[in-house]
Amino acid sequence: MPGPLNEVLLRSLTPQVLTVLVRRGADFATAEDAVQDALVEAVRVWPADPPRDPKGWLVTVAWRRFLDATRSDAARRRREVRIDEEPAPGPAPQADDTLQLYFLCAHPSLTPSSAVALTLRAVGGLTTRQIAGAYLVPEATMAQRISRAKRTVSGVRFDSPGDVATVLRVLYLVFNEGYSGDVDLAAEAIRLTRQLAGAIDHPEVAGLLALMLLHHARRSARTAPDGGLVPLAEQDRALWDTGAIAEGVEILQRALARDRLGEFQAQAAIAALHADAPSAEETDWVQIVEWYDELARLTDSPVVRLNRAVSVGEADGPRAGLAALAALDDTLPRHTAVAAYFHERDGDLTTAARLYAEAAATAPNRAERDHLTRQAARLNAGRAR
Amino acid sequence: MAKYLLLKHYRGAPAAVNDVPMEKWAPEEITAHLRYMDDFAAKLEETGEYVGGQALSPEGMWVRYDGEGRPPVTDGPFAETKDLIAGWMIIDVDTHERAVELAGELSAAPGAGGQPIHEWLELRPFLPESPLTTECPDR
Repeated sequence: MPGPLNEVLLRSLTPQVLTVLVRRGADFATAEDAVQDALVEAVRVWPADPPRDPKGWLVTVAWRRFLDATRSDAARRRREVRIDEEPAPGPAPQADDTLQLYFLCAHPSLTPSSAVALTLRAVGGLTTRQIAGAYLVPEATMAQRISRAKRTVSGVRFDSPGDVATVLRVLYLVFNEGYSGDVDLAAEAIRLTRQLAGAIDHPEVAGLLALMLLHHARRSARTAPDGGLVPLAEQDRALWDTGAIAEGVEILQRALARDRLGEFQAQAAIAALHADAPSAEETDWVQIVEWYDELARLTDSPVVRLNRAVSVGEADGPRAGLAALAALDDTLPRHTAVAAYFHERDGDLTTAARLYAEAAATAPNRAERDHLTRQAARLNAGRAR
Repeated sequence: MAKYLLLKHYRGAPAAVNDVPMEKWAPEEITAHLRYMDDFAAKLEETGEYVGGQALSPEGMWVRYDGEGRPPVTDGPFAETKDLIAGWMIIDVDTHERAVELAGELSAAPGAGGQPIHEWLELRPFLPESPLTTECPDR
């Protein structure tokens, strides 16, 4: 019985085994293929015959696959000379130096989607089929994306340190992809970020992990049983995962104590204030506005400016919200939806209904479109009565 | 990482710049045109941006429910106003700019006289099912 435990173990060993092969001189692309082959073999063999040293077993099998794959290669001789100089396969070193893999898979020479795919495959140990399913593209398309990515980074020196911010961006992209397909990418992103946080001491890595945990904790309350969107104020807070919230808050507090603020820590702080509030009414919107001001200093994101206007309206009333909105470009995504909301709170239901309908027409996804359409219909029905 | 639908229209779109009906092209011009489209799809497969594509027949019909126990109504007096779609391709790209770039490239397929047909293509983003998880923490 392979069971979920084995799969988790296998996936956590993937980057370590890959690192060993590359350290022994294997080129990245061939090594990655060899490791995938070894994983498939492990799924087949382990249930009946579990190894005592799973990592050592995987290294041995993957290394053999790598040799098979390169045997006919023109570079065979050179490789064999190098192999002779390497220590024989045996108990693998326990030091986890898979950090380099994160940097390699998020290398700036890759497009965002390639970096995401390669990270999920090489660091996360997912199969190409699983990744393709999660991104709703054909398996052949994802296979091409991954093999191009591998070729792109094959010339990159494995030991050159990369930029943590790039790695974090990739993990953030994975998390944001949400829940389509049979692989839970949000959970996968948390697992990989947790692993990264264990390997590297960096406040923003902790900040991203905290942000993910705090968001994930509210996940089951965010959608109604029919798939519809449930706004924050209407969410059943009993559904929030208090364990994940406590962990996120603790990680965040330790990161903030180091006084090296970054955008993920600031975002996590906002998420923590929401998670801490016993009810929507008791949310500390004043402090949330202050965090948005920090965030605006760190990034010049239009989303941040819009979200700040939302929290100003919540803190100081709908008129203040509308005034803050008026200072922003009205072509920003969700600008119209927020304006509709504040007009409703201000009692101007006619304008609100019109703006909700307008916002629905330009909504960026189905869940929001349906939600906004319902809001418009609700107000129109109320006025007709 | 967003999906776009590229639509080729039989009619309904503004006229192409090099607007010569295909049956008046030289056979080798048609071959060149079709090869360009195949090469385009193959290139996108290679870059990992290809999701799917298919040509559609110019023949089609409108169908409508006509009430309990009655057969569906097919077609109406409006057949000639149908906005017929010639074919479609779905791509999955990193940015909107990339989608526009690829649509522009497809529109440059060679036509009569070996010149680009400058055909108008419709480019439509797919609506994802659910919102981003973290873009807005107030969620």
